[in-house]
Amino acid sequence: MATDTQLDLWEVFIQSKSGLPYIHAGSIHASDNKMAIQNARDIYTRRGEGTSIWVLPSKHIVASNPDDNDMLFDPSNDKVYRHPTFYVMPEGAKNI
Amino acid sequence: MHNEHSDTHFQSRIDNGEHIESKDYMPEGYRKHLIRQISQHAHSEVIGMQPEGNWITRAPSLRAKQILLAKIQDEGGHGLYLYSAAETLGISRVELIENLQSGKAKYSSIFNYPALNWADIGAIGWLVDGAAIVNQVSLQRTSYGPYSRAMVRICKEESFHQRQGYEIMTKMMRGTKDQQAMAQDAMNRWWWPSLMMFGPHDTDSPHSSDAVKWKIKRETNDELRQKFIDKTIPQAELIGLIIPDNNFSLDEKTGHYKISPINWDEFYRVIAGHGPCNKQRVDHHIKFHEEGAWIREAAVAYKQKHVKKELETA
Repeated sequence: MATDTQLDLWEVFIQSKSGLPYIHAGSIHASDNKMAIQNARDIYTRRGEGTSIWVLPSKHIVASNPDDNDMLFDPSNDKVYRHPTFYVMPEGAKNI
Repeated sequence: MHNEHSDTHFQSRIDNGEHIESKDYMPEGYRKHLIRQISQHAHSEVIGMQPEGNWITRAPSLRAKQILLAKIQDEGGHGLYLYSAAETLGISRVELIENLQSGKAKYSSIFNYPALNWADIGAIGWLVDGAAIVNQVSLQRTSYGPYSRAMVRICKEESFHQRQGYEIMTKMMRGTKDQQAMAQDAMNRWWWPSLMMFGPHDTDSPHSSDAVKWKIKRETNDELRQKFIDKTIPQAELIGLIIPDNNFSLDEKTGHYKISPINWDEFYRVIAGHGPCNKQRVDHHIKFHEEGAWIREAAVAYKQKHVKKELETA
């Protein structure tokens, strides 16, 4: 008997309304593009949750390492000039 | 950075109310507890399709049949959300299914009871899904991110399940004497097993303390059971169903109902595999899993054919 398989793992992203960002909904198993879209539709959008679906093989996602969080996501509080409130506007300036 | 990898740091993240994601450090006990709990939850959704699936062809109207089909499709979907969440912890779907089929992993023992007649479909939706919702609402705040997100999605869908069950019970209680008797009979058989769904009392629960410390569980078995009892007794009384308990009473001071002691012997007997349908449920799962192997093989063959074509035209 051939080795049983549960197919490949895919990640599903759903856009709830045109113009909004695609948000990760979860994962599915599928063997190819067409099956991935079909399974994502059946599993994650049974009640009008979305108007558009992205699927991609999970193995193609590159993720940051949580150990690097301090370095990667340092808020750079010393670089206050990145924020608009750093700048002094002349008295009476409007719409800026 | 080795501090980040210590269990103390992990516990302080939990205590701060942070969510843990799959790539984050977690103690082995946390991972193991989650795999056991999430997979048991997933298996319950999937095995739970069986007692209801038994009634699709015998639903009393086209409306009832459509509803039941949609509900069972949801249960399958819930199982898949949860399997995906379990897989983020490093266990494969193949292993998860093997553990279910070998009996190594459990599922909710409530599904080892049979659905004998149409009133049981009402009682399952109202009581069994009702109890599950109380548990799942609490689990939306569980500390493991993928589990928590799956719970949010599931809770959105579950309330239809409970309402359709209560509607069936209401209709039968407004029907003929025979229909009322059927509804009461289903109530009598499902009430106590539903209360047992929350698990043993806190004092006898082997896994509770770690789970609460790690915020996997946000409320204890007894707290959740009490919530369910307090919600459900007035719903039963509203439609004229009698609670199959000669000694329950409302404590006016606390607003909580007190019930008679639960028969835990029955609970442990069913968990140990001696419920009315244990063997049937797992055998059925194995049979359809094996009969479906050709579909998975065909899907892989189809994929390989296309990969080959792409390589040839590249």
